[in-house]
Formats: sequence, C-alpha cells, structure tokens
Amino acid sequence: MQDAGWRIEHRDRTFVLTTSNLAWRHFAQRVAFALLWLAGIMAVAVLVVVVAYVVLQGVKVINPEFLLTPPRGGLSGEGGISTTVVTTLYLVLLTISIAAPLGVGAAIYLVEYAGQMQGQGRLAYLVGVVRFGVELLAGVPSIIFGLFGYALFVTAMHLGFSLLSAALAGACLLLPVVIRASEEALRAVPRSFREGSLALGTTQWQTVWGVVVPAALPGIITSVVLSVGRVISETAVFYVTLGGSYNLPRSILSGGRSMALHLYYLAMDTRAFEKAMGTGAILIVVIVLINLIINFLSHRLAARLGGA
Amino acid sequence: MESVVKLEVQDYHLFYGDFRALRGISVQIPAHHITAIIGPSGCGKSTFLRTFNRMNDLIPGVRVEGQATLDGQDIFEVDVVELRRLVGMVFQRPNPFPKSIFDNVAYGPRAHGVHERARLAGIVERSLRDAALWDEVKDDLGKSALALSGGQQQRLCIARALAVEPQVILMDEPASALDPIATLRIEELIQTLKQKYTIVIVTHNMQQAARASDYTAFLMMDEERAGYLVEYGPTRDIFTNPRHKQTEDYITGRFG
Amino acid sequence: MRYIVDRSMRALLLVSALVSIFVVFLILVFTLRAGLRAFREIGLVDLLMGSVWRPGQEQYGILAMIVGSVFVTILAVAWGVPLSLMGAIFLAEVAPAWVRSVVRPAVELLAGIPSVVYGLFGMVVLVPLVRRIPVPGNTGFGLLSASIVLAVMILPTITNIAEDAIRAVPREYKEGSLALGTTHWQTIVGVILPAARSGIVAAVILGVGRALGETMAMIMVIGNSVVVPRPLASNPLTIVLSQARTLTGNIAVEIAYATGLHESAIFATGVVLFVLIIVVNSLARLLMRGRRR
Repeated sequence: MQDAGWRIEHRDRTFVLTTSNLAWRHFAQRVAFALLWLAGIMAVAVLVVVVAYVVLQGVKVINPEFLLTPPRGGLSGEGGISTTVVTTLYLVLLTISIAAPLGVGAAIYLVEYAGQMQGQGRLAYLVGVVRFGVELLAGVPSIIFGLFGYALFVTAMHLGFSLLSAALAGACLLLPVVIRASEEALRAVPRSFREGSLALGTTQWQTVWGVVVPAALPGIITSVVLSVGRVISETAVFYVTLGGSYNLPRSILSGGRSMALHLYYLAMDTRAFEKAMGTGAILIVVIVLINLIINFLSHRLAARLGGA
Repeated sequence: MESVVKLEVQDYHLFYGDFRALRGISVQIPAHHITAIIGPSGCGKSTFLRTFNRMNDLIPGVRVEGQATLDGQDIFEVDVVELRRLVGMVFQRPNPFPKSIFDNVAYGPRAHGVHERARLAGIVERSLRDAALWDEVKDDLGKSALALSGGQQQRLCIARALAVEPQVILMDEPASALDPIATLRIEELIQTLKQKYTIVIVTHNMQQAARASDYTAFLMMDEERAGYLVEYGPTRDIFTNPRHKQTEDYITGRFG
Repeated sequence: MRYIVDRSMRALLLVSALVSIFVVFLILVFTLRAGLRAFREIGLVDLLMGSVWRPGQEQYGILAMIVGSVFVTILAVAWGVPLSLMGAIFLAEVAPAWVRSVVRPAVELLAGIPSVVYGLFGMVVLVPLVRRIPVPGNTGFGLLSASIVLAVMILPTITNIAEDAIRAVPREYKEGSLALGTTHWQTIVGVILPAARSGIVAAVILGVGRALGETMAMIMVIGNSVVVPRPLASNPLTIVLSQARTLTGNIAVEIAYATGLHESAIFATGVVLFVLIIVVNSLARLLMRGRRR
C-alpha cells in the first residue's frame, strides 16, 4: 500500500538478461535427468525380468505333487521338493535359536552396559574390540563361513555333514546381521524410558528386560525376520556343511538339502531346469513375503516410538 | 521522496497444501535502498523473503496466488534459474561450500560459463573486496572456506552472491548467528552495498532494522497463522510514527 | 536377590558379546592352521603365482583363480557402478516421492533374492544369449555372463549406501548453490556429489567386497575351468568370453572330496580370499570414518 509521503515515479525497465550458457545448461540437465530416469527404470526392469521369468517358468511345475512328494533323484531330478522344504524349516529354526539369543544378547550388552564403562579402561577397550570383531565378521563372505564350519564343526568336532554343523556355521554368518539390527532397535528407545525406570529403583537388568527390550521388540523381531530371510537364501555356507542328501533329516546330526541347495543341484547336476525354476519361484515368493513383513514391522516400530 | 520500484508483490498469497502461510501481501520494494522485514518469529518473514527468488518452489506442495514482479516482469514467468542469478540470497547461517575460498566465490561464475583463470581471478578479487573480506584472505585463497570464522564465512557468502552480478540481494537474518562485532561489520557492509544493489533484509532485531534500513515492512500472524502485512513505509515513519497499534506495540516491545 | 540376577545377566550378556570376537578369532585360527601346510609345502610364491592347478599331480597354483576373481569383479564393477550411482542419484535427487516408493523397495528386493536364483537365471537365459556371439570356443559360460550376473547382485548394495550418502549432504549446500542461479543438475555435480564423495567411494568398495565373496552364482555361470583367462580370438575383447574360476568357486567345488595337501591348498585359497576382502573392507571403513569428521 502506498503511503502519502512517497510516490512511485516510474518502473525501472531493465529486462531480465539471459546469460550465454543458459540454454546449454537446461539442455544438459534434461539429458542428464533422462539418463538418470533410465537408470531408475532399468533397476526396476531387471527385478521384474528376473522375478517374472523365474516365477512364470516355475509355476508350470508347481502343483500339490511337487510340493508334497520328496525328490527321488534320478538323472532328471524326479520327484518334488517336500523334504527340502522341511529341511529348510529345520535349518531356519535351529540357526535362529543359536544366532538370535547370542546376537540380541550381544546387542543388549553393547548398548545398555557398554556405555557404563567409564573409568574401567580395560573393559572399554574390550568393547571396542568386540565392535571391531562384529564389523570384521560382517565382511566375511559366506563361503569362508562354510569352510570354517567344515573345518571346525564337520571335521574337528566330528559333527559331520549335518543340520547342527550347518546351523552353527550359519549362526556365525548371521551374528553381525542380528547384532547390528538389534543395536539399532535398542538405540532407538528414548533415554527417558530407561531413566524413568531406574528412577523407580529398579536394577539395570530389570530396566532392560522390563522396559527397553519390550520397547525395542518390533526392531528386534525385524532383525530376526531378516535373519530368517538370510538363512533361506544363503547357499554357500550350507553347501559345505549340510551335505547333499535329499532325504528327510532324522536328527540334527543328519544332513539334508535346503531349498536353495536343491535348486543348485537340480540345475548343476541333473539339469532339471524347470524344477529348479519351480523351486526358485517358491523361494522368491517367500522372500517377497518376508520383505513385506519387515516393512510392516518397520512401520510399526516408527509408529510406536513416534507416539511415545 | 521518489523511488524506482524494483520488486513488487500484489495481493500475494502462499499456501503449503491447504495451509495458508502468507495472506494478501502487497508491497513495493524500491531499488537501491534497504528494505527491512520485521515481525514476531514464525509469522512468515523468511517465507516472504524467499518469494523473490522462488526458493519456496523447492517445497513440495507449495502454491501461490497473486502477482510478484521484478522490474515489472512476472517472476513466475521468467526462467527460475536466471531469476536466482539476478536475485541473490544470503542465508541465516553461513553456508560456504566445502571447497577453497577461491572455489566458493568462483563457483557461481564458473557455473555460468566463465572458465578463463584470469577472468575468474578478477571476479573473485572484486567480489571479495566488495564484501570487505579481500584483505583478510588475499594471501591464501586456497584455504578451505570452512576454516574461516563465522563472520568471515558470512562475508564469503556475500562475496559468493556478488560474484554472479545480481541486482537484488536478499538477506535472511544474515547476522543472527554472529557475534556483535561481526554483526556490526555486516551492517556497515550492507550500507555500502545498497549503492549498487537493492537489498531486502529480514531481521528479528528491531534496533538493526531501525538503524540500518530505509524502508520497513511489519508482518504479523493472524488467528489462522497466516502472515500478513500490517504496515509498510519509510523506516523513520514506522518507528517514530506508526499508524497501527500493533506496530507500536511490537516496536516498543510490548510483545514479540 | 535382584542384584544376583542383575550381576549374572550382565555377565551372560558380556559372554554373548564376546562370542563374536571369539568367532572371528576361531575362523582366523582354523583357516590359517588348515592352510599352513599348503603354504609351507608349496611355498607362497608357487601357490600364488602358479597357473596350473592339478591336484591329481600335486600341482597347486591359484593364479588362475586370483585372476578370475579379480577380472570378474572388475567387469562387474564396470557394468554395475555407473548404473548403481545413477540409480542412487536418481533416488536421492530426481525421483518424485511416488516413484521412489516403487524403485527403492524394488532395489531392496533385488538384494534379497537368493544367489542361486540369479545363477539359475544366468544359466538359462544369459548364457545361451552370450553363446550366440560368433566366436570359436565361446560356450556362453565365462567372464561376460558371470560379470553381468554379479553386477546385478551388487547393484542394491552400492545404490543403497550411495543414496544414503547423497541424502546426508546438508540442505544448506544445495540451497546455497541454487540461490546462485544454477540448475539442479549443476548443483548435483558441483556441490552435492563432491560433498558425498567419501560415502560414495565407500559404497563402491563395499560392492567390490561383495563381488569378491560371491560363490554359488559364479560357479553356475563362469565355467569353472582352471585357466588364466585369455582372448578366444584375435580380438582382445574376446577375453570376456573366456571361462574362468574364482577363488570362491575353487573352494566350493573342491572341498568336499579334497584330502591332505589338496585340502590344505583349498584352505590356503580361503586365506587369500579372506585377506583380499579384509583389505577391501578396511579401506571402506577408513573412508567412511573420514567423512564423519
């Protein structure tokens, strides 16, 4: 609004100049962004192509017989995959029951207790070493865990090719995964929860078990679900510890074949590609389900802490 | 008093989705003067300032109504990239790039196509002189910009903005993150800059507005939390003879 | 009573934490010990530089496998890194929210697919395609097929970490650049990418580590013949059609029936692989820590 004391005389008519390279800069951006869009589309396309191909080829062989009869061996991979499904299940349960307590326990220690190490120099140093160890483990490839499992569990401890050897080796593989994800979940719990509990005169363990862990539970469960996914897709580590028998394992000292391994044998030994595709299709469906569960849990985690 | 209008908004509204952040603002910003925008925190001063270089476009879901012009041209019709060259901005917290002093100031000219070393060196020196920083850094232009003090970094950001030869400089509380001495230097600098540029400065410091600006716009927040213009005019009038009670209350410190 | 529980739980948890470091220690000890015999009897130089691997004749040279691993990794990086980085920039700066909500989960899903499924796809689809290239001796299995499969497998790793690094660049840099009248692309290239540089490099190096460690998919498409890769014809590019064997493949394929010195040589292969990956990962960690400063 103009005021009485001052007036506008005329408008300065300097037009907006264009610098010489403006058109070029806009063009360069358009080209660059087109390429970037292409990259994004390609990433999705790759996923779609691989998944669609495997699933479409795989459903041709999937029927109740495929799922419910055991493999019968033979030159062209006769039979179904029932025993492998059960073996996979056993493997998952056994591996998780070893890895989860150890991993979550380690995470709890690192987050809840390690912070207390003021003045106790030796233990603080130890925590640093543990962290380093976890990071190192995270970078070790699956086959090395398999080799290690072969050396220690299969051979030295005379457990032979068995569910137990495989589960122990697999647990070593999973340890960093569980620890990292659980650590994140525990760290996300607000300080106020712990302080509130301690202020009531509880011991640290009571606080951890009664307040912190329940609050971090979705995140911890996520890490367990993640591990389940890893066990199902992992192959190399089990290849050298589980053995190749397609029969149903009768005890944890028996060997067997997980679905992923069965796929490998079908493709490599008997060249039964269709059945391999079928197995692959089922694996993909399971992994997709697991991913959905993880996403759902992550949202619940965010919601729960957001409303806290 | 005669003034040439450099920037103008007429009945300008800004929405974030359904929420109205600015309501019906009409202002004429005169060229080669310093216009201050004051008001209580949260009333939309920065949002209003960012209108002039369309930085608000970066926010998803933002919508504007009304007119905004530079030299009579609708700023929403011109190329936004070119607009931002002509209307430069200095931010509240100094934000030098993690590069050398030289590369910070030369960044703009380089982006606009200047590549000859000699020409760039000339632009860098001139910009640093205009920003009153040359003498302090001339011996080591290769030093990292992050090694400078807060006040120096802010003057570097001013030099960086000057290097692309803008016509308007928008300043969003440029001295609020600085100590009093650095603040004073910035204020002196702004006074020299108005000879070549048009300056619009947002400040929450009323004394600064009173002593440093030629015109002042007072914004406030209404019941629906939209910012609106209460009063606008020459600074002396606003501070000694405000026409609205709210202006008087704010200036005398009764609230805000 | 509470305090006894508290103390004992604290001790128990400490033990769990120590298990990880204990496991690392065990792995090092066991693999080194098992491989020691090979190092001693075959000699480090002969083992690493020998290009003949014939266990039946007591010849254990893993040069072919080292070259195979390195070569397939380099190729996978060549295909995978540009695509991954472009994908990361796309997700962080260019993609609208709804596109990102489709692409990012897609990339994460790619990471979860079992390696044997990729290997199977490679065997059934990719290898026949590559075999069409009219070069004598081209079986379709080899470095080209394997590196393409590997590139797809490391894409999620690199894209995710690089995207996070780009997103972590402070907004002020981006705003400062745009306020000078630069285009979005100029801002990305001039300010954002340089600022995210160490995170991006770390992402690539982690991808390299992942590529070096892949086993099953490699066995399925790379051919596994113990040859130092060489061009199949006069055109030097045909080297990518050569079959090869990776260090990881060497371990997996032979361990089941290896005994004595042969077995020890396999463990020695494991040690070499282990060292290679530790070096690569340490580099990544060093770079990431540098950035946080």
